[in-house]
Amino acid sequence: MAQNIIDLVNISKAYDGIAVLKNINLYIKKNEFLTLLGPSGCGKTTTLRIIGGFEQPSEGQILFEGTDITSLPPFKRKINTVFQKYALFPHMNVFENVAFGLTVKKIDKATIKEKVLEMLRLVNLEGFAERTINSLSGGQQQRIAIARALVNQPDVLLLDEPLGALDLKLRKEMQIELKNIQQRLGITFIYVTHDQEEALTMSDTIVVMNGGIIQQVGQPEDIYNEPKNAFVAEFIGESNIVSGKMLEDCLVEMAGHVFPCVDKGFNQGEMIDVVIRPEDIKMVAEEEGMLQGTVKSVIFKGVHYETIVESNDINWMIHSTLMEPVNSKVGLNILPNDIHVMKKVSNK
Amino acid sequence: MRMKWVAYPYLVWAVLFTVVPLFLILFYSVLQQTDNGWRFTWEFFQKCTQPIYLKVLWRSVYLAFLSTLVCLLLGYPMAMILSNMQLSKKNFFVLLFVIPMWMNFLLRTYAWMTLLERKGLINTVLGYLHLPSLNILYTDQAVILGMVYNFLPFMVLPIYAVLDKMDKSLIEAANDLGANNFTVFRKIIFPLSIPGVLSGITMVFMPAVTTFVISRLLGGGQYTLIGNLIEQQFLVTGDWNFGSALSIIMMILILLSMSVMSRYEKENEGGMLW
Repeated sequence: MAQNIIDLVNISKAYDGIAVLKNINLYIKKNEFLTLLGPSGCGKTTTLRIIGGFEQPSEGQILFEGTDITSLPPFKRKINTVFQKYALFPHMNVFENVAFGLTVKKIDKATIKEKVLEMLRLVNLEGFAERTINSLSGGQQQRIAIARALVNQPDVLLLDEPLGALDLKLRKEMQIELKNIQQRLGITFIYVTHDQEEALTMSDTIVVMNGGIIQQVGQPEDIYNEPKNAFVAEFIGESNIVSGKMLEDCLVEMAGHVFPCVDKGFNQGEMIDVVIRPEDIKMVAEEEGMLQGTVKSVIFKGVHYETIVESNDINWMIHSTLMEPVNSKVGLNILPNDIHVMKKVSNK
Repeated sequence: MRMKWVAYPYLVWAVLFTVVPLFLILFYSVLQQTDNGWRFTWEFFQKCTQPIYLKVLWRSVYLAFLSTLVCLLLGYPMAMILSNMQLSKKNFFVLLFVIPMWMNFLLRTYAWMTLLERKGLINTVLGYLHLPSLNILYTDQAVILGMVYNFLPFMVLPIYAVLDKMDKSLIEAANDLGANNFTVFRKIIFPLSIPGVLSGITMVFMPAVTTFVISRLLGGGQYTLIGNLIEQQFLVTGDWNFGSALSIIMMILILLSMSVMSRYEKENEGGMLW
């Protein structure tokens, strides 16, 4: 079993008495791409800053390869950070920026030059060494920020919404590029974002956070297909959330119909939430469907149509390549595998 | 092009009180009135190069330089402390720095005279504590003290403005890259605050080199600076020609130092308060 590179043990953080993180426990494996995902104010950036050493936790411990580093200042940690707004030094050129960490460590000039140029090649900015920071575009500054952190050969790289300021196309390119860099160098990446698609694209592990609490930890597929609660389901992609009743193992009642499903281990008659992804509902001829309904609206979304079908006072959102006209009657089918039963979350 | 006329009052003002006097000074510095009209001469500039006057010039620059240095050494840490304070405290302390400036400049300087007197407050307290008395009134030290006291806010405020605006994530980034706090200061904070330091130096050095009030009150008149010398030429001796030549030299001196500063500033682009 691979050893954990970072352990967060019972981490809590409060600012002026207001809790931002509530008893966070997280284990980060070597060489993994881990994403902290959540809406703004969920505590993901605070978690990152605690790992980086810019904030002290109010309670708890951070272990680095098993050693307590809770009170170690940032400059003594083998962790580097790519900041949200890049934080490049405006009074230095590209070379000096990237070389900063090595210069501070008093490495000889020839080695620094070699390493910096190699790093610039890695981020596809060869020949930019003498440029000033202000003459670079957002995407280029981003790459320099990544190069500046990576040149120090950190064991862990922290990235705080690094792609937030870039346009969509560039963001997609950078996502792939970052993933490539991570795989090539074999460094642990801890990535903070509020963009669920970004998280699904890049991560090995996703940590969904809300209200200072970890909601779910898992691989992208698991998080998407088996959300643990309504928050995760809502946050990761679009979904239909319907309340229902568990009749027995593998049998659930919702929307006035009994569906076979694959979930077990609930109490008989327990009230539960059911998550169904919009692409998992099939529209069929009215008489063939488990549910019958009327098409309320159809919106063209490019690859698919987003269709709203009303059935038994429930509005189902359906993503389908088929186009059913508004007001037509349709049948809806849901396969057992696509029904995700979750415990009801007691109201906060 | 619209509303051009609103600038006219200012234009008239500038011509009357800046351009015309400048030309008059230039005029008097090279033209001498004789029985048969005006005569062009370098005589007054030559007079400025006499050792006794060069010495005055040197003293002025030297004292101004010293007080600028003291202001910088005192002001920079103050500005850093101010910029690191919590927002609520910050405004209060900035106000503390500004309040003395609301008082009349002469009053403040006179106050120092009474404080520093042989039987003044400071010496009374020192005597009470059985400490040796402090007799610096009418010395260089007193003049420097007066300059530092009066001009310190002009050093603190521009530096504070730059430090306060500085992106704190730059400091974190440097820390993150392995720089300890001293290195962060040396490589990041100080270089980025140079625009503030430069405008602070300009704002302190210029009034310090031209002052004649501080040197007369705290220097006791026995210490002549270039400001006093010029004042004397116009008000006492009545030698307007020589006074004008001295003024021109002082102006050139200031223009030179400003151009050196501004060239340096362009290399290190950055926001300035003033």
